[in-house]
Amino acid sequence: MWLTRPFQERSTQLFLGILSIAMIVVVVLHLATPEGSALHVSSYTVTLLGKYLCYALLAVAVDLVWGYLGILSLGHGAFFALGGYAMGMYLMRQIGDRGTYGDPILPDFMVFLNWQELPWYWLGFDMAWFAFIMVLLAPGLLALVFGFLAFRSRVTGVYLSIITQALTFALMLAFFRNEMGFGGNNGLTDFRDLLGFNLRTDATRLGLFIATGVALAIGYVICRAIVASKLGRVSIACRDAEARARFLGYRVDRVQLFVFVVSAMLAGVAGALYVPQVGIINPSEFSPLFSIEIVVWVALGGRATLYGAVIGAILVNYAKTVFTGVMPDAWLFALGGLFVLVTVFLPKGIAGLLASRRKGKDDDSGTDDPDTATTREATA
Amino acid sequence: MSIIRSLTLLLIALVSVLSLPAAAQEDDPGRQLLIDLAEAPASNVEEAINAIVSSGDPRARGWLEAYGNNRLSRVKNTGQVVVVLNNRGRDWEIANPLTGENMGDMSRRELDRVAINNAIRGQLEGILAMLDLSATDPDVREASAQDMMGKVNASLVEPLEARLELEESARVRNRIEEALAIYRVGEGNLEGVDVLAGSLHPRARAALNDAVRGDDPALATKAQQALGTIEQKLKLNRAAETLYFGLSLGSVLVLAAIGLAITFGVMGVINMAHGELIMLGAYTTWGMQQLLPGQPGLALILSIPAGFLVAATAGIIIERSVIQFLKGRPLETLLATFGISLILQQLVRTVISPQNRTVVTPEWMSGSLVINDALSLTLNRLYVLAFALIVFAALMMIMRRTRLGLEVRAVTQNRNMARSMGIRATRVDIMTFALGSGVAGLAGVALSQLTNVGPNLGQNYIIDSFMVVVFGGVGNLWGTLIAGLSLGTINQLLEPWAGAVLAKIIVLVFIILFIQKRPRGLFPQKGRAAEG
Repeated sequence: MWLTRPFQERSTQLFLGILSIAMIVVVVLHLATPEGSALHVSSYTVTLLGKYLCYALLAVAVDLVWGYLGILSLGHGAFFALGGYAMGMYLMRQIGDRGTYGDPILPDFMVFLNWQELPWYWLGFDMAWFAFIMVLLAPGLLALVFGFLAFRSRVTGVYLSIITQALTFALMLAFFRNEMGFGGNNGLTDFRDLLGFNLRTDATRLGLFIATGVALAIGYVICRAIVASKLGRVSIACRDAEARARFLGYRVDRVQLFVFVVSAMLAGVAGALYVPQVGIINPSEFSPLFSIEIVVWVALGGRATLYGAVIGAILVNYAKTVFTGVMPDAWLFALGGLFVLVTVFLPKGIAGLLASRRKGKDDDSGTDDPDTATTREATA
Repeated sequence: MSIIRSLTLLLIALVSVLSLPAAAQEDDPGRQLLIDLAEAPASNVEEAINAIVSSGDPRARGWLEAYGNNRLSRVKNTGQVVVVLNNRGRDWEIANPLTGENMGDMSRRELDRVAINNAIRGQLEGILAMLDLSATDPDVREASAQDMMGKVNASLVEPLEARLELEESARVRNRIEEALAIYRVGEGNLEGVDVLAGSLHPRARAALNDAVRGDDPALATKAQQALGTIEQKLKLNRAAETLYFGLSLGSVLVLAAIGLAITFGVMGVINMAHGELIMLGAYTTWGMQQLLPGQPGLALILSIPAGFLVAATAGIIIERSVIQFLKGRPLETLLATFGISLILQQLVRTVISPQNRTVVTPEWMSGSLVINDALSLTLNRLYVLAFALIVFAALMMIMRRTRLGLEVRAVTQNRNMARSMGIRATRVDIMTFALGSGVAGLAGVALSQLTNVGPNLGQNYIIDSFMVVVFGGVGNLWGTLIAGLSLGTINQLLEPWAGAVLAKIIVLVFIILFIQKRPRGLFPQKGRAAEG
């Protein structure tokens, strides 16, 4: 019942409609038009779009906690990267004896480090089902433990942001170490195939693109369903007046924990889909800069809208691709400027602009708007 | 082999004897001494050397060094002894050993090297050291006595003992005694062990280790005991060294975090560009040194006010242009200031260079303070430690004793009440932010002496700084000091067995867990201040 509710909402229908039309257009243009034609979408572009969709899913996950729970996580890159590493480990095992050193069990970097046998935490990753469970479980468990400790002792606001940042920073340092057994600096790369499909063929790339789109749609619907459910209402209450929600008898920490873990798992899935398309996973995905970049995608798109996060992620990353291609030095200026401009002049993001235009027609600004709610709380 | 060598020596001696003695134009006694050395047969070389040493001639050291390095030669047709300055190629550059005057080039065929055998060369080192032992500068004497440790042989014992009688400096006496003791322990003397037990020098330990392995059981047991005492002392010294490095790292953390403790802790503004303000301070130092080439010390001292002003100005610009519009929205402030930090980083990369710049350490800051053989403190870290404490004390004074400090505390506790009492809150905001930013600039000036100055300098410190402030308790300067110093020390304590990276990870995880336990840090604010 609660899962079907989102389909009755206009915004979800619209989002799913636009997403599927866009996906179909890309697939048709890729397959039906000849190479060299002006309308042809190259395999490179398909992979690039697939990457954007992964980022979009990640942004939706961040929006779920930031927009609807009021928790600004500066460490969601860690969950993304953990999901990515789980997938990367599976892909590494799939290489088998086709690596440079030809060892049937050990990945190249372990042979290079003179390791004799597979560390225990690599066991089982040769099986796809196990790896796919770990894609959800690894980020989920970290979020569970971290969230359990943090929410129980009521660490919120800026403090939580800072320690999530410290968490991803600590993980980055850890994954940089060769002794950890995750390939150190170079990370995991040189993948061959996924579930028996060669990753280097156009067909597999297209398949991954479609899978990412489907994952984004499912993730979006899950988030919508959570937001629309009673739990979602309580979580918005926690965002706007945590103490009041607690005094009304809601178990604030449990709500926070649930939403946080779901969000981390979605981020993990995004990471897992990202790795086979990009072909590498290394510790830089853990860097605090990446995590904070995700937040700015959401801020640009407009928080607490979910579709805004998708728009923001795609726009910013498209701009990044263009900038780093044309004038790489200017990218950080643009990104930095974006941070400042969005927070000062566009607090509700692009979605806010769209909503204010629509407001004239029908007044459904609703309770989802975090800023008006915060103001109300502050003046109360 | 030895026969061939003796034959050669004999031949050289013969040649020397046969060559005509030069006319005695000068009455310089050194001239005859050198000729004696050059003409002495192998058995009398020692005597000739001793004659040179006991002459007390200040040039003696140079002569003997040249002799030991095969740089003493005779001109075949005049018999004059010369020092060869450059023996590469066909023509050798020579100089007069008596006056030091350069005599130009001479074909090497016309020169005859004054021969030296390995036995003499081995002794020469000790003899030269003995010469240094009578130098007037006690530092030279100490260095030479230290050099002698482990190299004393039977022939040196007597001159050393004589020297010991004359020596006035306690440091040099200790060294000579240690040098003698090493020799005596080698000879099986038990009393020498007692002397060595008080020494931390590695050569003393080496001598004792030899004694333990030796076949004299009484000596071996005694040496073993002495080694135990030394090991104890070394442990203590190592602990002191770790503590020093820990406090040094801690002082860096305190410097980096203390500005943040003002802007974040007192004002409640999350300034993610704080690291870049530190970077600006460091680049100011670099710029100052470019402006004043050749005077790194003066430039560094001038950088202290300059770094403060540059960073404070940057802080005011940030506050006026961005932060004032985001009052009461901490998460947005965090994002906006992060954007500013990216812009500042890229600005430095574009305008100056993406590469690291070198900041020169002035002479009075380089080197180290030697406490004993096992412990020496690097001076630049000592200065930074002192600087951190001074900055902290000054900030404490400002917050506690000045009008500004009073106003800042009033505005923090109750903005509306403070404003109705006539305090201009906006002005206080600007001043506080400028103060916090300026202190970040000071941190940058200090950091330029310890690490690379590059665009990423700030990034490396921002997370650590926030950790220190949060760990110490927001709004509490004392907390920041204690948190910084203790985190630095913990990090250094962990490093030997965990390695640098793992130690850092452990500290981060520790802080993350600590904040779960005590969300308001080590020293939470109490009473009214806590409500704001």
